[in-house]
Amino acid sequence: MQLALRRWDQVLQPLLFFVMVSMLFPMATSATPAELRLIGTGVVWVAAMLASLLSLESLFRPDVEDGTMEQWVLSGQPLAWLLMVKMVAHWVLTGVPLVVFSPLMATGFGIPNEVLPVVMASLALGTGVLAALGAIGAALTVSVRRGQVLVALLVLPLQVPVLVFGAYAADLAMRGEPVSGPMYLLASMLLASLCLAPFALAAAIRIGVES
Amino acid sequence: MWLWFHKLSSPPTAYAIAGKLRPWFLWPAIALFLWGAYAALFVVPPDYQQKDSARIMYVHVPASALSLGVYMSMAIAAAVGLIWRIKVAHALAASLAPIGVALTVLALFTGAVWGRPMWGTWWAWGDPRIVFTLLNLFLFLGYMMLRASFDDTQRADRMSAVLAIVGSVNVPIVKYSVDWWTSLHQSASILKIGTPSIDPSMRWPLLIMAIAYVCYIAAVACDRLRAEILRRERNASWLAAALPTK
Repeated sequence: MQLALRRWDQVLQPLLFFVMVSMLFPMATSATPAELRLIGTGVVWVAAMLASLLSLESLFRPDVEDGTMEQWVLSGQPLAWLLMVKMVAHWVLTGVPLVVFSPLMATGFGIPNEVLPVVMASLALGTGVLAALGAIGAALTVSVRRGQVLVALLVLPLQVPVLVFGAYAADLAMRGEPVSGPMYLLASMLLASLCLAPFALAAAIRIGVES
Repeated sequence: MWLWFHKLSSPPTAYAIAGKLRPWFLWPAIALFLWGAYAALFVVPPDYQQKDSARIMYVHVPASALSLGVYMSMAIAAAVGLIWRIKVAHALAASLAPIGVALTVLALFTGAVWGRPMWGTWWAWGDPRIVFTLLNLFLFLGYMMLRASFDDTQRADRMSAVLAIVGSVNVPIVKYSVDWWTSLHQSASILKIGTPSIDPSMRWPLLIMAIAYVCYIAAVACDRLRAEILRRERNASWLAAALPTK
């Protein structure tokens, strides 16, 4: 993680991207403040999802190219655990900043203060699932030479349910209804992806590294 | 049993068996299609609300149900190939993907055509089943794109197998989406616990059409599997003996 922090520009990139994408919507649609408030939570969620795709390229590829990953595979340590730690560190560096900045963007859309904790909580759970699914996509394409677009195409359909429930939770909160349903669902998705994703990662990395 | 399994998984045997099975699927499929289409168009009474437009159901329902079925078969074949390292299973998974694409497109298209007069719209973004069926299409396409991006067939096999297994989480979501969220799409009326809410006079042609679809898919899968095996084993010695020489 400290190693990744040294590349501060890569931590900043998704965050800036997130801010800029959310900024584009009000400028492109020339919507009234009331309309902005309606689409606001959805826009913040879409922007977060796109931003989470941006950083996937740097997740495994450098390690595979310089041979670190090969050492990990041969090290005798359980590969799934190692990759899970890497995935969590990746989330801390790319997901958490989005969560921290999301109230700022949401306020920019005129989302009332009471809803902000729900947006943050749904994003905190959701970016975890996004990171897990994204990591699978990154691991699958690690030996494809130019894989960025492919990663996005593979991962987006899998991520859509997360988006649906995350945005749904925020939407319910906007209407003042209880949000526990979609939140529990997001939490269960997060747990499931934390349990299962490392094994998919390990399988994909093994296939990618050998030969 | 295991001996038989090993024999089946060798490319020459699979090639021969697929060739033998193909007509047994193809001709029943054509016969059942004709019978089912006749029954659906002339025998079945018009729906009491939707009149004659409900007849598109006989194309729409089997296509959408079997697009999921094909995805599951593809994922299972891919898993079998990944776990037991059976090349023929990978070849089968690879040959099922384009069939799945065709079925999903057909389901979406007939759904849109049916939705226009009935719901007043071609497409509803709020409807989970439509959206998740579209996602299923993207999963099929993503699987094919991932395969295409590797030069090495073995690596393509195993990477795409991981993707197919991960993507299978989408299948139950599509299947139960109509029951979880109430929306435009009607809930299941055929395969559900208890008595089906569809009238028997409308159900039996649907079953015929479904069986026709299954047979047709199996026939096409046999053909595609044979082509896939030919492509993979183009340098093998058994092939020279099996093919008629020029």
